[in-house]
Amino acid sequence: MTHHDEGKELQVGKKQEVSGQAEQTRSGPVFIPAVDIFETHSEINLVADMPGVTPENLNIDLRENTLTITGEMPPYEGKDEEDLLIEYEVGQYFRQFTIPEQIDQDKIDARLEDGCLNLVLPKAEAAKPRKIEVKSP
Amino acid sequence: MFTRGLRNFPAHGLHTHFGELDRMRRHLDQIFGQLGQPAAAARSAGVFPLVNLTETQDAYIVRAEIPGVAADKLDIQTMGRNLTISGERQIEVDPKAKYHRRERESGRFSRAIALPGDIDREKVSATLKNGVLELTVPKAQAAKPRKIEIK
Repeated sequence: MTHHDEGKELQVGKKQEVSGQAEQTRSGPVFIPAVDIFETHSEINLVADMPGVTPENLNIDLRENTLTITGEMPPYEGKDEEDLLIEYEVGQYFRQFTIPEQIDQDKIDARLEDGCLNLVLPKAEAAKPRKIEVKSP
Repeated sequence: MFTRGLRNFPAHGLHTHFGELDRMRRHLDQIFGQLGQPAAAARSAGVFPLVNLTETQDAYIVRAEIPGVAADKLDIQTMGRNLTISGERQIEVDPKAKYHRRERESGRFSRAIALPGDIDREKVSATLKNGVLELTVPKAQAAKPRKIEIK
């Protein structure tokens, strides 16, 4: 494990908003969380930035080969607060992925830490690459 | 006045055209605005992290979304009316893994916010919860609104 991009200035990333109306079931903006997806021989890892989402407002659903992540950021402002500067908005997060491999659904591990979702999807035995040994006569 | 008349004369004819252009521009803004450009982005300083600033009678409240930044990688300082949030977001990379998506960015950041009134620097409090930093900055006694009783 190494840190990459050390010393680099972090740029502001605008939250990507879903513009289609069809996905929206509730009012308020819907954002696409930024993700890292990486794969090792035994598992698929997914890390998603979902600041403001609490574990009880997070929903992960794996059906067939479609992984759906939804999360809601509850409104944070108190009643007596007045806006002075608003640079970001809150609403919902929504993103879907197609997972090509067979996943051992019982062993999926999800952790929410510092506003980042860490999802570990272990591959099922059958989907793990198997090395076939070639024997010489 | 002659000068005024001169200035008004061509402007009178152009006025309607500018009005028309202005209306078109507003109309286009409206259309493009609906394509998912949040209104907030226009007012943003463009520096990480994006900040929401609100106020109550007694305090300013600063919130910023900084997912993946641990509390010990965060430095918050006040100087006069200015507040600085700086830190570093580190992302661990497994060199043996095969990456399918890499959208999350890492790096250092520093953001300064000028608060509109005097603050009580001794009593600033900060919480970091679910990747959202919330700073409560109490207003200085002099900056608080005071209700004046009418006798």
